[in-house]
Amino acid sequence: MNVGVTPLELQASPDSMLPRQAVIQAIRPEACGVATFSLALTDPAEAAAYRFLPGQFNMLYLPGFGEVAISVSSDPGEPRVLGHTVRYAGNVTRAMGRLKVGDFVGLRGPYGSHWPLGNGSGRNLVIVAGGIGLAPLRPVILAILRNRDAYGRVVFLYGARTPPDLLYTSEFGWWRERGIEVYVTVDRADETWRGRVGVVPQLFYLIRMEHKNTLVLTCGPEIMMRFVIYEALARRIPKEAIYISMERNMKCAVGFCGHCQFGPNFICKQGPVLNFAAIEPFFGKEDF
Amino acid sequence: MPPVLPRVSARVVVPKAALQKVFDNLRDAGFSLVGPTVRDGAIVLEEIARIDDLPIGWTDEQEPGHYQLKPSREREYFGFAVGPHSWKKFLHPARLKLFSVAKQDGRWLVQPAQDAVPRYAFIGVRSCDLNAIGIQDRVFLGGEIRDPLYARRRGPVFVLAVNCGKPAATCFCSSMKTGPRVTVGFDLAVTELPEIFVVEVGSEAGSEMLRDTLWEPAGAFDLGRAAQVCERAERAIARELRTRDLPKLLYDNLDHPRWDDVATRCLSCANCTQVCPTCFCITVEDTSDLKGTVAERTRVWDSCFVLDFSHVYGGNIRPSIRARYRQWLTHKLASWIDQFGTSGCVGCGRCITWCPVGIDLTEEVKAIREKASK
Repeated sequence: MNVGVTPLELQASPDSMLPRQAVIQAIRPEACGVATFSLALTDPAEAAAYRFLPGQFNMLYLPGFGEVAISVSSDPGEPRVLGHTVRYAGNVTRAMGRLKVGDFVGLRGPYGSHWPLGNGSGRNLVIVAGGIGLAPLRPVILAILRNRDAYGRVVFLYGARTPPDLLYTSEFGWWRERGIEVYVTVDRADETWRGRVGVVPQLFYLIRMEHKNTLVLTCGPEIMMRFVIYEALARRIPKEAIYISMERNMKCAVGFCGHCQFGPNFICKQGPVLNFAAIEPFFGKEDF
Repeated sequence: MPPVLPRVSARVVVPKAALQKVFDNLRDAGFSLVGPTVRDGAIVLEEIARIDDLPIGWTDEQEPGHYQLKPSREREYFGFAVGPHSWKKFLHPARLKLFSVAKQDGRWLVQPAQDAVPRYAFIGVRSCDLNAIGIQDRVFLGGEIRDPLYARRRGPVFVLAVNCGKPAATCFCSSMKTGPRVTVGFDLAVTELPEIFVVEVGSEAGSEMLRDTLWEPAGAFDLGRAAQVCERAERAIARELRTRDLPKLLYDNLDHPRWDDVATRCLSCANCTQVCPTCFCITVEDTSDLKGTVAERTRVWDSCFVLDFSHVYGGNIRPSIRARYRQWLTHKLASWIDQFGTSGCVGCGRCITWCPVGIDLTEEVKAIREKASK
């Protein structure tokens, strides 16, 4: 039967489910139960060819345990070493917690959509993250810092449940020096905390926003993102200028397993970064 | 002088017993024949060798939640409708090893699964199922990334299609424009008459398989009788699914009370997704030996009705049956169109027949349409 596929084409098709071998170069503890694994592909040709864009993710694999989708959290300008900030939460990630430098993990990717940075174009950015939702946004900040003059005002709003849950805090000073406005809050303070207390969307009240030529990029719990969108819309930022990064169960990352569907979107293909205007009818719909 | 073969798109007649010669020709050409046969009180799809393996003289009675084989007085070869199996069991097998990893001297040896894939000849494919194959082609081969496992199985398939003569009470292919008459994508398409098959030749390969079958060009009388078989089948289809504005209807009614209603009946057993010829969702299983030096990954059919299907850290996205049924139906009839440019439903009726509580998606859609919010 004519299916329009010749055997030759079929042979040329690479097996998208096969992991590449990568070695752990460093493990940096970030927060309570969270660490960044710096990975390098062991095949020199594969390592040299690998590129990713901020917001994209890899599938990390541990033989016998399984695979997990993890955003690349490192500098897209340094694609030889790929940072993956992992929370020890499930079967695979807990097993990763027992690995050490020099051990191997499987890696395939990068997959998914990316944050719409373009080449900056003088745009203002409001980057809003909650908890480990900062991991896929860190490459955005690092990309901006490489090319700071191409952007307008850059505001970074960040929060976590408690102070020890905040990620990458040692870098915030450097980010500030390079012209990024950093505002941090926690849901619950401890005795060491001298900063703000409250939920992330409230940080919008600290900044006076120019609504023109401004993009809002947000990643965190869906409930947080809902209120971030609410605050952004209240400041007359158009729906089309709001981007969110979503999480769903994922088994294949190439659109075959069906697990990550969100209405018409596969989070692995159209996502994880989605434009709010495109998903508004479904976003926040109960159990959707 | 070699025997003359019919040209592509010709219509010929062959005696019924000559189907055995077609089978033999296919086997000689290296095909593994799979087709309908009776097992465990149902007509299933399995390897077959001879025409006697076909469910000759059997028919089926289908209703929501009901399937019953019955002997039929006419000794028809294909006098039944689709059973619980579909061709996806061959093209998209329920279990498929992906690869194994062996740890050796500090390195990994990733070995892709090297299973021998037969060249299948599908015997007795109905138009609905042929369309279902076309839909899975779009899912697995239509995108930027193709599934090589599906492609390897799909590429060389030979299709001997059958024009449906006896649709079941659960069939609604005419609503989905997928039948009952076979129109594209076949090598041979047969229409069964009491003493002969009228055969339409769809490809060179199909023509080749008619060698030594005593075929003759079909005359007007036989063509007329064959056309009547299709017309009768079309008239016999009573079930209807109104597809007009269906995606919008479902998207606009994600909070319709009917979802709560169907959730009180649905057992979330996943039968509908397993018998569906287009449902493609999979999960992955990981195993290893006790020392952890050799590990394997296997992909297996999954279902959006399984609670863990939507598991993320902190819980499941769709904890209720209401949410899971809604996901299945809106995917099948609405978001599938956004994703693949075609509905995910071919109107084969399997999900209606094999639902243990007889949930009928055409009735669910009708109920939503009757009290639509927009």
